[in-house]
Amino acid sequence: MASNIKIRAKTSDGVTTVKALMSHEMETGLRKDKKTGEPIPAHFIQEVTAKWKDQVVMTALWSGGVSKNPYLSFKFNGGEVGDPIEISWVDNKGETDTGTAEIK
Amino acid sequence: MIDAKRRVLLKGSLGVGAISVAVSAGLLTPGVVLAEWPANAFKATDTKAALTDLLGSDATETSDKVTVKAPDIAENGAVVPVTVETDVEGVKSISIIASGNGTPLIASFDLGENAVPFVSTRIKMAKTADVVAVVQTDSGLLSAAKPVKVTIGGCGG
Repeated sequence: MASNIKIRAKTSDGVTTVKALMSHEMETGLRKDKKTGEPIPAHFIQEVTAKWKDQVVMTALWSGGVSKNPYLSFKFNGGEVGDPIEISWVDNKGETDTGTAEIK
Repeated sequence: MIDAKRRVLLKGSLGVGAISVAVSAGLLTPGVVLAEWPANAFKATDTKAALTDLLGSDATETSDKVTVKAPDIAENGAVVPVTVETDVEGVKSISIIASGNGTPLIASFDLGENAVPFVSTRIKMAKTADVVAVVQTDSGLLSAAKPVKVTIGGCGG
């Protein structure tokens, strides 16, 4: 599956900063279709896991209150150029995506 | 309740083809991953209930060691950039709350051992309200708030 997560990771002075952009509609379930008046079913990312090598650095729990095509940035101590960063998400329908990048 | 969930499941199952492929490929372990998601906290309609559900307490102490960065005026409530930072030691999690939203709890970030207590994301805000950050530490909950004026709401349509 082609990944739709863009990741930039940069290390400086022993601290790595990771920025990620995910592609997701983040539908709250509260909106209605303007033409039909039918509610649009909720469809949003519930959990995002960020790993540095095999270690989980951060787990984010989200609601539909996070904006469409979510942006996420976090920092951690450690990390060297070339280390792998892996970010994966699971949404409320069980769909999932994983993206990887190397620290620069 | 149950019926409503079944509806969601049924609707969801239309798109399940791709998921079952993912499951069989071992990419997905729904039971493990989704079990942690605190549904009650995210459904709570007031901040106190959400915090109690999520963190076991709503006893927050306002702290100037917690910084919430957000715009003074958000032209578009659907995309409000928020950054939370603190220099407190031993931070376990950072939660972001839009106090004017129907369900105020937006997100909660559980920090691992190496994580620096910093998160930045973009949130939806229904109306002008405080963005509240709650930082969970070993010794209690610290919070900080930043008022954001929203000119076009980001929830509902």
